[in-house]
Amino acid sequence: MDLINDHSIDDFCRIYAEEICVDYNGTVALYDASLQLKSGCICGLVGMNGAGKSTFFKALMGFVRPSRGKIRINGLDVPTAQREQAVAYVPQNEGIDCSFPVSVWEVVMMGRYGSMNLLRVPRESDRKAVWHALERVELIDLRKRPIGALSGGQRKRAFLARAIAQRASVLLLDEPFSGVDVRTEKLMADLFLQFKNEGRTILISTHDLSHVRDFCDLVVLINKTVLAYGETSEVFTPENLTMTFGGMSPDFLSGSTPAIDLNT
Amino acid sequence: MNEFLASFSPISWLVDPLSHDFMRRALMVSGLVGGVCGFLSCYMTLKGWALMGDAVSHAVMPGVVVAYALGLPFSIGAFVFGVGSVALIGFVKQKSRVKEDTIIGLVFTGFFALGLVLVSKIKSNIDLMHILFGSPLGISLSDVRQTIIISGIVVSILLIFRRDLMLYCFDPTHARSIGINTGLLHYLLLSVLSLAAVAGLQTVGIILVVAMLITPGATAYLLTDRFDRMTFLAIISSSISSILGVYISYWSDIETGGSIVLVQTAIFLFAFLFAPRYGLLKSQRSISP
Ligand SMILES: Nc1ncnc2c1ncn2[C@@H]1O[C@H](COP(=O)(O)OP(=O)(O)OP(=O)(O)O)[C@@H](O)[C@H]1O
Ligand SMILES: [Mg+2]
Repeated sequence: MDLINDHSIDDFCRIYAEEICVDYNGTVALYDASLQLKSGCICGLVGMNGAGKSTFFKALMGFVRPSRGKIRINGLDVPTAQREQAVAYVPQNEGIDCSFPVSVWEVVMMGRYGSMNLLRVPRESDRKAVWHALERVELIDLRKRPIGALSGGQRKRAFLARAIAQRASVLLLDEPFSGVDVRTEKLMADLFLQFKNEGRTILISTHDLSHVRDFCDLVVLINKTVLAYGETSEVFTPENLTMTFGGMSPDFLSGSTPAIDLNT
Repeated sequence: MNEFLASFSPISWLVDPLSHDFMRRALMVSGLVGGVCGFLSCYMTLKGWALMGDAVSHAVMPGVVVAYALGLPFSIGAFVFGVGSVALIGFVKQKSRVKEDTIIGLVFTGFFALGLVLVSKIKSNIDLMHILFGSPLGISLSDVRQTIIISGIVVSILLIFRRDLMLYCFDPTHARSIGINTGLLHYLLLSVLSLAAVAGLQTVGIILVVAMLITPGATAYLLTDRFDRMTFLAIISSSISSILGVYISYWSDIETGGSIVLVQTAIFLFAFLFAPRYGLLKSQRSISP
C-alpha cells in the first residue's frame, strides 16, 4: 500500500469549500458553490459544458482567485496544503509543450519534487514511488520514451502517474476519462477504488454518467452553482439530471434510448 | 596560399596566440561566457524566450552608458536596466490590451534608442563600437573580474534551481500545484537572463548577444531528447565555438563577435542537417520504410 501524506484526523474535511464565487473579468462562472468531502470517498462532479467544473478545480487549487468564499484542504489553506503535498491535480488539458526533451520517467518524477530537497536529487524512495506509479498505469515499459512520443491516452496516463507518485491524500482529476480506451477506463476505475480504500479523497469531473453510477459514492451536480449534492443513490435522479442539463429528457441522458438518430 | 597551407600547423595555430596576454584573457573570458550563456540558452529556447532575450540585451544599453558616466561598474547599470525593462514589459502587458510581443519590441527599441542618445550626449571615453559589438581582445582586467563574478552568480543560480526551472518551463501549472513559487522562478530566470546578457556583452556585444542566448540551446535541442544531455551539449558547443571564434578572429583579423556567432551558427546548421534523429537529411531517409 502506498504511503500517503496524511495530515488529518480522519473525521474532518479533506476538501472544504464554502460559498465560492468566481468570475472572469466580471462574467460569473461560479457562485455560492459549497462542498465538503471526508476522507475515503470518490465524488463525481457533473455538469454541462461551461458549467464551471474546471473553474471549480482551479479555485480549489488557487489558480483562479475566488471573489468570495473559503477553501480548506486537509484543514489547511491552499498554499500550505500544496507545499505539504496534500493535494494532486490533473488538469483537463495539460497544455504542455510536447516536444520538451523529458522522458516519461522524468515527468512522473516531477510529482516527487515537492518532497525532495532543494536540488531535487531523487532518493531511493522517490524512485520506488515513480516505478510504482508507472506500474499502476501500465506505462512501465514506456518509461524511457520522450513524453512527446506517447499517444494522447498514454500521455493522460503519464500525468495521472505523476499525480499518483505525489502520494497526495486529495486528488483532483478534471475529466480523467476523456480520450482513453475502455481498458484504461477500467484500469483507472479500479485504481480510484483502491485509493478510496487507502483513505484518499478523489474529486472527478466527467461527462460519462455511467461512471458516476459505477464508482462514485457522492455526486455534485453543478451549473454555475451547486444544484444538488449528496449520496449518488439519492442525488443522481432523472429529475436532478434534467435540471442540471437544462431540460433534456432523463431518458436521453441515461443513454437508454438512442441519443441521436443519425439517419435524419 | 599554398605556402600558408604548407606551413600551417594546428599546434602552433592554437598555441602561438597564447603568448599574448590579451589573447589568454580573451580566450578565457569567451570560453567562460560561452559556457554560461550556453547553459541559460536551454531554458530560453524551451521557454520560448528568444524575443525576451533580445529585448533584455538591447535594454541594458542605457544602463551601461549611465554606469560609465557615474563611474560605477558597468554590470550594475546594465543589470538595473535589464531587469527594469522586463518589469516594464510585465507592467504594460498587465495594464493594456496590447499583445506581449508588440510590447517587448516597443520597450527594447525604446531603451536601446535611449542608450544611443545618451552615448552621443554624455561625452565620455565610451567606445560605442565596443558596447555594440564587444571587444574580447581589448578587455580590461577589471572587466574580466566583473565577468567572472557575474558568471559565478549565474552558474550557481542555474545549478541550484536547475530542476525547478526545467519544471517551470515544462509545466508551470504542476509546479504551482506542488507548492513551488513560480513567480519567484519567473523573476529569477529574468534576472539571470539580464546578468548573462551583461556577461555576453563583453564578448559579442549587445547586438549579437541574443545569439549566444539561443543558438547553443537550439543546436543541442536538435541533438537529444534528454534535458540533462541538452544542457551538457549546449554548454560544450557554446564554449568551443566562442573559443574557436576568438582564434579565427585573431588569425584572420576579423571582427571577434561576428566570428564567434558565425561559428555557433555553423554548428547549428551542421546539427540541422546531420542530427541523428531530427536532422533534415535523416528525416528524409526515414520516410521510406
Ligand atoms: N479564462 C477564462 N476567461 C474567461 N472566461 C472563462 C475562462 N475560463 C472559463 N471561462 C468561462 O467560465 C465558464 C466555466 O468554464 P469551465 O471551464 O469551468 O467549464 P467546464 O464545466 O469545465 O466545461 P467543460 O465541460 O467544457 O470542460 C464558461 O462559461 C467559460 O466560458
Ligand atoms: Mg472543464
